[in-house]
Order: sequence, then C-alpha cells, then structure tokens
Amino acid sequence: MDYVIQQTVNALSLGGIYAMLALGLAIVFSIVRLINFAHGEIMTVGGYGVFAATVFGLPIPLAVASGVFAAVFAAVAMERVAFRAMRGASVVSLLITSFAISEILKVLFQNGISARPKPIQLPAALSGSYEVGAITVGVIPTISIVTTLLALLGLTLFLRRTETGMAMRAAAEDFEMLRLLGVRADRVVAAAFALSGLLAGIAAVMWTAQRGSVDPLMGFFPVLKAFIATVLGGLGSLSGAILGGFFVGAVEVFSQAFLPDSLSPYRDAIVLSTVIAVLLVRPDGLVPAVKVDRS
Amino acid sequence: MLSVTGLDVHYGPVHALKGVDIAVAPGSVTALLGANGAGKTTALMAIAGARPVTRGAIRFDGRDITGMRAEDIIRLGIGVVPEGRRVFASLTVEENLAVAGSLAADKAVSAARRAAMMERFPILAERRTQRAGLLSGGEQQMLAIARALMAAPRLLLLDEPSLGLAPLMVDRVFDLIAELKAEGLAMLLVEQNVPLSLEIADRVAVLANGRVSVAGTAAELGESEAIRGAYMAA
Ligand SMILES: Nc1ncnc2c1ncn2[C@@H]1O[C@H](COP(=O)(O)OP(=O)(O)OP(=O)(O)O)[C@@H](O)[C@H]1O
Ligand SMILES: [Mg+2]
Repeated sequence: MDYVIQQTVNALSLGGIYAMLALGLAIVFSIVRLINFAHGEIMTVGGYGVFAATVFGLPIPLAVASGVFAAVFAAVAMERVAFRAMRGASVVSLLITSFAISEILKVLFQNGISARPKPIQLPAALSGSYEVGAITVGVIPTISIVTTLLALLGLTLFLRRTETGMAMRAAAEDFEMLRLLGVRADRVVAAAFALSGLLAGIAAVMWTAQRGSVDPLMGFFPVLKAFIATVLGGLGSLSGAILGGFFVGAVEVFSQAFLPDSLSPYRDAIVLSTVIAVLLVRPDGLVPAVKVDRS
Repeated sequence: MLSVTGLDVHYGPVHALKGVDIAVAPGSVTALLGANGAGKTTALMAIAGARPVTRGAIRFDGRDITGMRAEDIIRLGIGVVPEGRRVFASLTVEENLAVAGSLAADKAVSAARRAAMMERFPILAERRTQRAGLLSGGEQQMLAIARALMAAPRLLLLDEPSLGLAPLMVDRVFDLIAELKAEGLAMLLVEQNVPLSLEIADRVAVLANGRVSVAGTAAELGESEAIRGAYMAA
C-alpha cells in the first residue's frame, strides 16, 4: 500500500511536469499553429538559469527566479527573433524553423557551456523525505505537485479573468477576428510565448531539483513526452494537454513500478502503445480543441 | 470619410476585385449589393486590412490606409461586423465585449461601454454569462454588432447582418442600423436584402464579378431595373 501511494506521488509529480510543458506547447499551438520543437531548449535554458544562480552562490528563491526568468526570456526572444517574421507561414515551415532553432541551441549549449551534465547543489533539506503515518514521501515531489497545482490554478485565473487571457482564448478560436477588433496580434503572441516560457521554466526548476544536474539535452526527453501528451489530449486543447500530461506521467511511473524488470526496456514503447490505443478510439484526442477553421 | 479607388485583390490566381470604387460620406450609409461570389466580403475585408491589396488606394478621413495592418486600421475608428458573425463561441457574452473593449484607454471606459451595450441590447444583458456559442443566430448578430461598437468606431462595416435570421430578427437588425445612422454613424452595408437596404442607404454600389456594375444614390437606383439585373447576371 505504501508503495502504491509513493508511486502515485511520483506519478503526479512527473505528470505535473509533463502537464506544464504540454500546456506551453498547446498555448502556443492554439494561437500561432506552431508546433514548437525548440520548447525543450526553452526548458534547458531554464535549467542553466538555475545552474548559473547556484554557481554564484545565490539562495534558493533567487535560483528559482533565475531559472524561470531565463526560460521566459528564451521563449520571448525566440518568438521575437525567429517566429515573428514567419507569422502566417505554413505549419510545416514553422515546424522546420523550430527544428533549426532547437539544433542551434543544443550546439550552443554543448560548445558554449559543456556537453557534460553540470551538477546543481541543493540544500540537504530539499532532498530529504518526511513521514505521513507509515508512508514516506519525498520533499521535492511534494513541492513539485503543489507548485504544479498552483501554476495550473494561476493559469486558469489568468485565462479567465484578465483581458490578455481572454484575448488569448479568443485568438485560439479566431485570430483574424480578434485583430478585426483592434487587438494587437504581436502582443497576444508575445504573451502566449511568455506564458509557455513561464511554464517551461517552472518545469525546469522542478526537473533540475529532482535530477540534481543540467545538460544540453535536459529538455529533450520531457518535452518529447509533453508532445505525446498534447497529441493525446487533443492538439491545441489546454485541458487536454493537462490531462495528457498526467496520463503519460502515470503510465510511465506505474509501468516502471509494477511491471517485471524484464519489461523495463519497453517502458517508452508501453507509453506510446497506450497513446496509440487511446487515439484509435478518440482520433481528436481526449479533449478535442475548439477551433474555427477558416481556410 | 471612406474612399476606395481602383481596388484590386487577388487570391492566388483568382482576380476577386478589379478596379473597385466605393465611397462612404460622413454619417451616411452606402449599401454594397451583389450576387454570391461577386466580391462583397473581399472588398469589406480589404478595407479592414484583412486581405492583401494588389492595386488601388483606400483612404479613411483623408489618410491613406492601404496596406496597413488590420489592428491599426481598426484603431483609427473602423468597426467590423463580419460575415457569419464570428463571435468567440467559447467566451461568454461579457467576455466577447471585454476583449473588444481592451483597446479603450482605460478599464473604466471599457466597463462603461460594456454597461451601455447591455442597456442597448437587453438580450445580451440577460445572457451575459452564457457562452456566445449557445446564443441564437439573432442574438449572436446583436453580439457581433455590440462587439464592433465597443471601440466607438466612426465607420462601421457590416457584412450581411441579416443573413439566416428569422424575419422578426431581420427587422430588428435593420431598426438597429437605422438607429445607428440617426446617431451619426457612417456605415458600409453589404446585404442580400435589397428592399430593406435601399430603404436605409444613401448610396448604392452593385458588384458583379469583381467590378462595380452600377452605382448611384439609393433614390436613383430604387426604381431602376439595373439592380435586379445585376443580381440575375451572376
Ligand atoms: N480565401 C479565398 N481564397 C480563394 N478565393 C476566394 C477566397 N475568398 C473568396 N474567394 C473568391 O473570391 C470571389 C469573391 O468572394 P467573396 O467572398 O468576396 O464574395 P461575396 O460577394 O462576399 O459572396 P457571398 O455573397 O457569397 O458572401 C469568389 O469567386 C470567391 O470564390
Ligand atoms: Mg460575402
């Protein structure tokens, strides 16, 4: 029983990270129809942001802020430098552009920083665990779950209550119409990228806290899972991305925890097979996106 | 107030508008009529900056707005009620208005305008927290008009606001257009309902296959066969 609960905590913590990454992808896709392959590098930049702060011996809250800020900056700069000029380009051109950015950034990390993992020192208190009754729960997974829930709550409030949030929802439905109301497209798109960077930054902090290091490929695998989560949830659907993220996290953790060791090399295959099975039944994903197609 | 001269628009190989001239005088209504596919929507969207213009000039209040971005044109004081209404279905009625009000200088102005719209359109006030996608066609049309008015435009572009509405609702829409005209708002009205449009319009232009085939005052054209002829042509 203990073990099941511990694994559930792990599944929620990992799923939460996937959910935040998937949400960032979904927000950007819903508005600019860009499947951003460089999202993983935004996360990696966040990881290096944390690393830089620890190198300078800054306290934890500042290291967290540094990681999140670095990711937001990377996302906004990416939009400004590369994607803005390509507004309205085909989905394929955008996709290839994001591939190129992803590759360039990876090379920059490898040659500019190091190809090898950089360790991140965390205070001992964080790497510990605590007891609830007879159950041992890790501190970091707990923080990770709480943070994810707060981030999701904050995002929901932002999208529901603020004018920018409403504009983003409207843009996901019919961007041209939004512009025909005088709302500046550039601002809405910049906000979407900033938000995706914010979520990737939070995910990066959680990830580095659990792994204790950062390397040039850090963002690659979690974002790959997040891609799967967005497709599973329904491309462009925000609630679908969240659901998909937790689903992928759960399948991954539980398949590792409860399947015989001999099957562990097939973990990713199991995750993907499950996803394919779901998509066969629901081709538009778990929660299909609302969108008006006008072309 | 608005003058369009020699306007050309292409969709790839399709030459949708060929040297179109349209004018709207301050406080007046110009009706733009024509058969399906004549190019009415294209003309309206080109004026609003949402279709690329290949030739010609669009001037608003004497200022050349050709090639400007849609959002900048709208900000000069042009409102758009698009074909098919295009309300944001997953947003509530109030949110639809709030999004449109976000260019008002401050929140108080936006809130005041929203309140004014609720007063003017009691149906919207009743449905304020409902998703726009759940409204009836007529209600959605009212919302689309209210949304365009949120920015307090000086010129309103309306694309077939009566399309697909029940007769009672058609009358309401036209009453509203008459009211707006009485308040001094200039309008360019694309319509299929010729009799009602002729009643409300000062000037009329008829598009056929991307060209203006007939143009003149509503009084001149009201009697003529030219309008019916243009409709039958395509
Ligand atoms: N996005 C587009 N791509 C290619 N061709 C288009 C596009 N939009 C319109 N057209 C073509 O341009 C011409 C004018 O279309 P437009 O929609 O402006 O006509 P309309 O007068 O508004 O017709 P309706 O009364 O049906 O609304 C038509 O031949 C149409 O097929
Ligand atoms: Mg049309």
